[in-house]
Amino acid sequence: MPAKRSSPLLTALRLGSIGGGVALLLSLMGMVEALSERDIIAGVISTGIALIVAIFMVFGFSAARAQSDSSPVTRIAVGTLTGAIGESFLIGLVIFGQNVDLRPVFPSASPELYTLLQFGRTGTQAYVTMLVFGAVVGAFGAGLALMPARYRRAIVVGLTAVTLSGLLEDLIHITLATAPGLLVLADRILARGVESGLKPIGAVVVFVLFAIVTFFWGPIRTGIDAGRKAVPPSQRHRAGLLIYGLLIVILLLLPKAFGPYLTEVSNSVMIFAVMAVGLNIVVGFAGLLDLGYVAFFAIGAYTMGVLTTTAVGAQRGQIVWGPQLTFWEALPIAVLFSITAGILLGIPVLRMRGDYLAIVTLGFGEIVRIMALSDALKPFIGGSQGMVEIGVPSLGQVNARLSSQELYYYLMLAVLFLVIFIALRLRDSRQGRRWMAMREDEDVAQAVGIRLVSTKLLAFASGAAMAGLAGAIFASKVGSVYPHSFNLLVSINVLAVVIVGGMGSVPGVVAGALVLFGLPELLREFSEFRYFVFGAVLVAMMLYRPEGLWPEAKRRQELHEADESGPDPQPEVLVTSGGAGSA
Amino acid sequence: MAILTSRKVVKRFGGLVAVSDFDLDVQERSIHSVIGPNGAGKTTFFNCVTGFYRPEGGQITLDGHFLVGLRPDRITRLGISRTYQNIRLFNNMSALENILAGEDPHLRSGLFGAILRTPGVRKEETAALDEARRLLRFVGLAGQGDLLARNLPYGSQRRLELARALAGKPRLLLLDEPTAGMNTQETAEMTAFIRRLRDELGITILLIEHDMRVVMGISETVTVLDYGEKIAEGPPSEIQKNPRVIEAYLGRGSTDRMN
Repeated sequence: MPAKRSSPLLTALRLGSIGGGVALLLSLMGMVEALSERDIIAGVISTGIALIVAIFMVFGFSAARAQSDSSPVTRIAVGTLTGAIGESFLIGLVIFGQNVDLRPVFPSASPELYTLLQFGRTGTQAYVTMLVFGAVVGAFGAGLALMPARYRRAIVVGLTAVTLSGLLEDLIHITLATAPGLLVLADRILARGVESGLKPIGAVVVFVLFAIVTFFWGPIRTGIDAGRKAVPPSQRHRAGLLIYGLLIVILLLLPKAFGPYLTEVSNSVMIFAVMAVGLNIVVGFAGLLDLGYVAFFAIGAYTMGVLTTTAVGAQRGQIVWGPQLTFWEALPIAVLFSITAGILLGIPVLRMRGDYLAIVTLGFGEIVRIMALSDALKPFIGGSQGMVEIGVPSLGQVNARLSSQELYYYLMLAVLFLVIFIALRLRDSRQGRRWMAMREDEDVAQAVGIRLVSTKLLAFASGAAMAGLAGAIFASKVGSVYPHSFNLLVSINVLAVVIVGGMGSVPGVVAGALVLFGLPELLREFSEFRYFVFGAVLVAMMLYRPEGLWPEAKRRQELHEADESGPDPQPEVLVTSGGAGSA
Repeated sequence: MAILTSRKVVKRFGGLVAVSDFDLDVQERSIHSVIGPNGAGKTTFFNCVTGFYRPEGGQITLDGHFLVGLRPDRITRLGISRTYQNIRLFNNMSALENILAGEDPHLRSGLFGAILRTPGVRKEETAALDEARRLLRFVGLAGQGDLLARNLPYGSQRRLELARALAGKPRLLLLDEPTAGMNTQETAEMTAFIRRLRDELGITILLIEHDMRVVMGISETVTVLDYGEKIAEGPPSEIQKNPRVIEAYLGRGSTDRMN
C-alpha cells in the first residue's frame, strides 16, 4: 500500500487488475476447471467457482479497506468496481478464447473452461451475468470491510467452515458414520454423491452454526473459563487426562473408520510429521538452518534396507551382502547410524552460521543421494535399481489380525507420540534453553557459559535420530528403497511444514504436516497444482502470519496459574529491602 | 590482592592498535572503573578478558588462571560474567528463561535426564527456577518473568541483563556502560545497586562508564585509556585533577587554557 491514498477509481483499477490477473492465471493454468469437478454445495457452487469468488472477495475487501477514509457508499462502490474490473479480465479471456484457439499455448484454455466461466450461458447474456457476478462478489468483499470486526469474523468463519466441510465431505461422512445416530445427521447435510459436497440445507446449517458460535465466542469462552475455574484443580487435572484419553481412543479406532486408503494417507502424514518434529529441533529450537535433512531420512531407510533385505545373492539380484536381520533388530541400528551421520555432519559445520550452514547442509544432502546412486556402492545398496524385500515388523499374532496399513498406522502413531514426547521434554529442559539461547545469540550464549560444540551436535543428532527413525519405517512400509525418494524436495517440504506450522512449536509442526501433506492427498484435484499451492501458501504465510499456523505458546513459569491474579505486575524499585540476594 | 591482572595486553585490528601494552590490576572486592574517550579500547579490552577476542600479545589472569586462548564459556565458568554496551538479551525467550540460561554453568542435567525427567533432574530444575525467581526479585523485575525479553522496557532489559550475569554466580562482573540511556533517578538506583552487589555479595566489579558522576561516586580506582594506552590510574580524586586525562577528554591545549 502506498502511503499516499490514491483516488477510489485508481484503487479499484489497480486491485481489480491484480485480482483479474490472478483469476486469469488460475483459469489458464487449468486450476479452475480441474477444481470445478468437486462441488462444495451440490448443484450450487463448485470449488473452481468458489476459488474465483474468494479472489474477488479478497480484492473487493482490500479495495474498500484501502479507501478507509472515504464514505461507506464510495467504499462499496470501489469494491463493486474492483470485482467488475477483475471479472472483465475473464470476460476478455472468454471472448478472445472463443475467436482464437489458445490451446497450443495454454492447453487448459478449453471450451469447457469458457462454458464454466460463462455459467453455462452464451453471448451477451453470459457477459452481463459475469459482470454482475464480479460486481456482487466485489461488493460483498467491500461489505465485509465495512462491517464491525465481530460480524466479519462470524461470516468469514462460517464461509470457511462451509468450504472445508464441502471439500472434506468424505472424511466427515466417514467420521460421523462411526456412530449410527450421527449417520442420520450426515445424510441430512451431506449430498453423498461423487465429490458432491454439502446439501444446500446442510450448507446453511453449517454456516449458521459456525457463524453463531464465532459471534458469541467471547461470552462462550468466558463461560468455559468460569466453568473451568469452578472445578477444583485436582479434578481439572483429571478432566484433562480424560480428554487426552478420549483423544487416544479415537486415534486408535481411526483406521477402522478410515479404511485402507485414508489409513495409508495417515501413515505418510505421520512419517512427515515425525521428520518435521525432528527438523523443528534443529531449525526451530536451535536455529540451525538444515537444507539437507533428507540425508538422515535416507540413511535410516538404507540402513533398514541393507540390514533386512532378503533379496540377497547372485541369483536373487545384484545385492551381494546382507545380514537379513529382522525389522526390530535393524531399527535401533538405523537410528544409531543416523545419529552418527548427524554428528559427522555437525563437526565440520560447527563454525558456520546462517546461509553458509544452509549451503553446506544442502551439499551434504546431495552427497548422500549421489552416493546412493553410485556404482561403487551398487553391490550393497543397489544403485539406481534400489533395494527390495525389506523387513516387515513382526509382532507374532498381531500381524495376522491387522492389515498392513493398520500395522504401520499403529507403529507410526506410537513413534509419533514418542518423538513428540521427547521433543517437548527437551524443549522444557536445560537442553532446550541452551538451544534457544544459541538460536537467539550464539556469542552471548557462549558467554553465559554454554558449550556451543555439544549444544550444536546434540541438536543435529536429535534431529537426525528422528529422521532416521522415520526413514527406517518408511523403507519397511514401502518395501523398497530407491535413491529418487531422497531428493532435495523432501528436505524443502519438511522445512515448509516447519515454517507453515510454526517454527519452534511442536503441535504446530504436526498441524503443518497434516495441512501440507494430508489435505493434498484428500483433495486429489489439487495434486496437479500441489507445488503451486505450496508456494502460494508459503508466500502468504510469510507475509501475513510469519509465526506459523500454531505458534509456540509461552509457558508461564514465574507465577503459576493458581496465583495468576496475585502479585501486581508493577516493577519494584531496583534496590529492594532485605538481603534478598546472596548468590 | 588482585583478582584480575592484565600484563602487556595487545590487540590489533589490521593496522589499528586498539589496545596497546595494557597493564591492569583489579583488586578483589573493589569497584574499578575504566574510562576514556570513544574508541579508546575499553570494550575491546573487555572482549579480550571474556574471550570474545584473542589478544595478539600479553597475558590476562583470573586468580592465577591464564585466560588468553580460553573459550568464552570456559572463562565464564571460571567466574567472570558480563553485560553489554548495547543490550544483548535472548530476545524471544522469557525473562525467566534468560536467567535460567545464565544459570547453565551450575546445572548438571543431560540429554537423557531431560527426556526421562528423573527425580534428580526435577529437583535441579525446581531449584534453578527458584533461584531465577529470586534473582528476578533481586533486580526488581518481580512479576515480569513471563514476558518475552524483547517486550520489556529499556530499563528493565538492563536489569534483566544484570540478573542473567548474576545467575552465573560470578566473582568478577564486567559492566559495559550500565547506566547508558538512563535518567538521573534510574542512574542513582543503578549506582546504589552496583555498590550493593559488591558490599552484600562480595562481587568484584570492573566497569566501563561515561557518566562521570557514577564513576567518581562509586569507584575506588579509575583507569583511563586513550588510543589503547593507559594514560592514568588512581583514586577518583586524583584522576579528576590529572592534566593528561583532561587533555584526552577535552582535546590538546585545553589544559593550558584551563590554567
